[in-house]
Amino acid sequence: MHTVDHSQTIIELKDVCFSYTSEDVVKNVSLQIHKGDYVGIVGPNGGGKSTFLKLMLGILRPASGTVKLFGVDISQFKDWSKIGYVPQRTTVDANFPVTVEEFVMMGRYSRLGLFHFPKQDDRERVNKSLRQVEMYEYKNRQISELSGGQQQRVFIARALASEPEAIFLDEPTVGVDVKTQKQFYELLRSLNQKLDLTLVLVTHELDIAAHEATELGYINRTLEYYGEPKEFLKGDYFHELIGKGGIRH
Amino acid sequence: MIGLFQYGFMIRGFEVGIIIAAIAPLIGIFLVLRRYSLIADTLSHVSLAGVALGLLLKINPLVAAIIASVISSIVIERLRLSKRIFGESALSIFLSGSLALAVVLISLTHGFGVDLFSYLFGSITTVKQVDVYIVGILGFFVVAAVLLFFKELVFVTIDEEAARVAGIPTKFINMLLIILASLTVALAIPIVGVLLIAALIVIPVVTALQYGQSFVKTIFFAEAISLFSVIVGIVVSFYLNLSTGGTIVLLTVFIFVITLLTGKKDHRAH
Ligand SMILES: Nc1ncnc2c1ncn2[C@@H]1O[C@H](COP(=O)(O)OP(=O)(O)OP(=O)(O)O)[C@@H](O)[C@H]1O
Ligand SMILES: [Mg+2]
Repeated sequence: MHTVDHSQTIIELKDVCFSYTSEDVVKNVSLQIHKGDYVGIVGPNGGGKSTFLKLMLGILRPASGTVKLFGVDISQFKDWSKIGYVPQRTTVDANFPVTVEEFVMMGRYSRLGLFHFPKQDDRERVNKSLRQVEMYEYKNRQISELSGGQQQRVFIARALASEPEAIFLDEPTVGVDVKTQKQFYELLRSLNQKLDLTLVLVTHELDIAAHEATELGYINRTLEYYGEPKEFLKGDYFHELIGKGGIRH
Repeated sequence: MIGLFQYGFMIRGFEVGIIIAAIAPLIGIFLVLRRYSLIADTLSHVSLAGVALGLLLKINPLVAAIIASVISSIVIERLRLSKRIFGESALSIFLSGSLALAVVLISLTHGFGVDLFSYLFGSITTVKQVDVYIVGILGFFVVAAVLLFFKELVFVTIDEEAARVAGIPTKFINMLLIILASLTVALAIPIVGVLLIAALIVIPVVTALQYGQSFVKTIFFAEAISLFSVIVGIVVSFYLNLSTGGTIVLLTVFIFVITLLTGKKDHRAH
């Protein structure tokens, strides 16, 4: 049986604002994500989903407000191995001359720290992560020789290799076929339920977020909804998002 | 071959050449994969301005080139970070600007003498003993820095944001890379000259990338091409009385074309 320990706060945002130029892209966002939560983040294109994720990871710094990871202010946060990150695949050049094994080993770097090189137990952990995503047989292949779905699994394996407590994923199944997508979400679900991994998933696919996630956030500049997926489906945001209800206001 | 080493300058040329051949691909792989090749070109022109300043002020031109190159690499990285009007065009302005400065400084000294030509295209006959020491010490520093920060350099090159989320000091690594590049560029001047350095840094790496494989194998392959081209290039240019830098770079181009015709990726594309 799976029990969620809601006592531990993994991420806490308070009144976070952010802008690239003059216009606010993320405005007054506050929320708490707890251990074992499986959070789906949805919203329209340009709504600020990716920006929001980058704020939570410290890739972007908020203009105002605070971000805390594991109770520590993001600017002081050091325990990066607790965090796994699966970036939007478009940001990574898949033609890179690295093998699957070399790539997944990067997930160990946050544990190794400066001036330390991978040892036997790091290699074993890499093998284990690759088995978890069923990509072990491909470990000596070059990344560019894999299909989109296989690359996506390798990205997950890299995130798993640091033995994280929370994994952040930005649109991980864009361009992945339906079958692979299904397996992929099964994998995420089992990671969430068996290992109690906290997951934050940015996606375009509302149905997936609504069915897989335990919490759902709808972001369109501000966090307009955060709570149970079921409630969300009853509300107006849902119609706004899928375009049936027309434009509100 | 025996006759070759009767000349002190040949021995010095080989010493400097082998060090440069070893460090060029080591830095080159990161520059190529980050699409920073133009930075190498820009820094080489800045180095020429440094050389010109050295000739004018009568300080060792190699030392002057190193100082100019390192300082401008820091400026370039700062500008890149500030994101204000920075891109290829800004680099081009930097490049032409320093070339113009170099030309003006040189015309202030003794015009376009033989000296300048050897700095533009490389000439091992001008390598002094002190240059060997400078290249040796700084070359060792470059290799050591790349090895020490190897995994961070690889991670930042592949996926900068993920590297940051892994707690890697990405700003420091970026700055380190561009400073190492500036050193490599300046150190290579005596052998391949200002105008051909970027070629030596880029071509062996691009050639090795034809064969894909792992990151480490790619580096070893690029090293082999680079060392082969430099050693054979020095010998051939000595016997046939050709320009050293030109011969070396032509050899790298020759190997590149061969791999292009026989390369693995080429077959897949058809
Ligand atoms: N680097 C940037 N510089 C300036 N503006 C940006 C930058 N990145 C994003 N924006 C702007 O910020 C807003 C939010 O972008 P963001 O990428 O967070 O949206 P998103 O919800 O992830 O969109 P999508 O569904 O298309 O991925 C958009 O209006 C976008 O144009
Ligand atoms: Mg996005």
